[in-house]
Amino acid sequence: MFDERSPIYQQIADQIKDDIVSGALKEEEQVMSTNQYAAFYRINPATAAKGFQLLTEEGILYKKRGIGMFVSTGARSTLLEARRDRFFEEVVDRMVEEARRIGVPLADILKHLEKQREEGNQ
Amino acid sequence: MTLDIEVKGLGVSYGREKAVDGVSLKLPGGKIYGLLGRNGSGKTTLLSVLASFREQSEGEVRIGGEAPFENAAIVNQVCFIQENGHIAEGYRVKDAVKLAASCWPNWDEAMAQRLLEHYQLPQKKRIQSLSRGMKSALGVAVGLASRAPITIFDEVYLGMDAPSRYSFYEELLRDYMEHPRTFILSTHLIDEVSNLFEEVIILDQGRLLLQEETESLRQRGVSVTGPAALVDEFAAGLNILGEQRLGGMKSVTVYGELGPERERQAHAQGLELGPVPLQDLFVHLTKKGGGKR
Repeated sequence: MFDERSPIYQQIADQIKDDIVSGALKEEEQVMSTNQYAAFYRINPATAAKGFQLLTEEGILYKKRGIGMFVSTGARSTLLEARRDRFFEEVVDRMVEEARRIGVPLADILKHLEKQREEGNQ
Repeated sequence: MTLDIEVKGLGVSYGREKAVDGVSLKLPGGKIYGLLGRNGSGKTTLLSVLASFREQSEGEVRIGGEAPFENAAIVNQVCFIQENGHIAEGYRVKDAVKLAASCWPNWDEAMAQRLLEHYQLPQKKRIQSLSRGMKSALGVAVGLASRAPITIFDEVYLGMDAPSRYSFYEELLRDYMEHPRTFILSTHLIDEVSNLFEEVIILDQGRLLLQEETESLRQRGVSVTGPAALVDEFAAGLNILGEQRLGGMKSVTVYGELGPERERQAHAQGLELGPVPLQDLFVHLTKKGGGKR
């Protein structure tokens, strides 16, 4: 369920972000409550609440008093933008690093990408 | 209602031996605490004092602002469930439950009956004839149904099998969310229950080693892995709890957050940074000759 890689509240926040990016969670849709999260994942509700707090601070979620937490309008585009900003550093650079380590020439990668583009154009 | 616990300079001696020595703690009401420590670290002694089963030799204990020992107003606000229960062995299950119901003002009979059924406890059997797992389950049922503002489980669930333990964790969380109160759980099964704890308290040889939020404690442990010479250079001056070598590679467990500057440095040098499970951190922190603290 959770790995040991990062704090659990961070993982909860990331999971909600993933759901917003994929469209599983729509803007202005209500998110499960911290208690539901806590019961589902068998974690302390304060930990779940910390994940929610992180997302409210980032403006991804907002609170309707007495009702619950909702996905902010514009949350998806904010998240997409942030992910695009990190895409080259986190995905491409790491791929290049791995390719060098295992001896895959960059030319081969370019060829592979080129092929994917052609297939995508059809 | 929640009750705060405050302990100042607590000492408990058995003859010449100090089981608990100079422990000071503040446990605000309404949280789930994990009490960790090796065998003989003083966990049960500390919990016995909180539950007024024993009087301290030194220091002060305040529960809801009052001294709990022989204080009727506090005694029935604290429910202490031990592995080798203090429940009378000769009682039948149903009589033990009746007795418990009369002790705890917030007793929830429906919950007690539901849990007895859930754990398939035979009402008419005497406690002495129950299996270890069943005795544990009875303790768990009584502790949860007590709804005591301070409920303490001292290793009770050790006798239970994994499915029963998991259902205990679920019941505890659910009831805690519906009726916020203080739980203190002492345990050896750290990896299994640590996600339930808001704060962790570690005792070592009768002394308080640390009290910290579980999540921030988790972040304090970092493993650094890479070529031995680079790792040594990187870790020089850091608080190293343990190290392992495999050929030319080395992995050290560092205590204390590195900060973004050092993380960048590690990344630039090709060192791998990884998390340290709470249980490993506990092992490193409490083993003899572990890192300086």
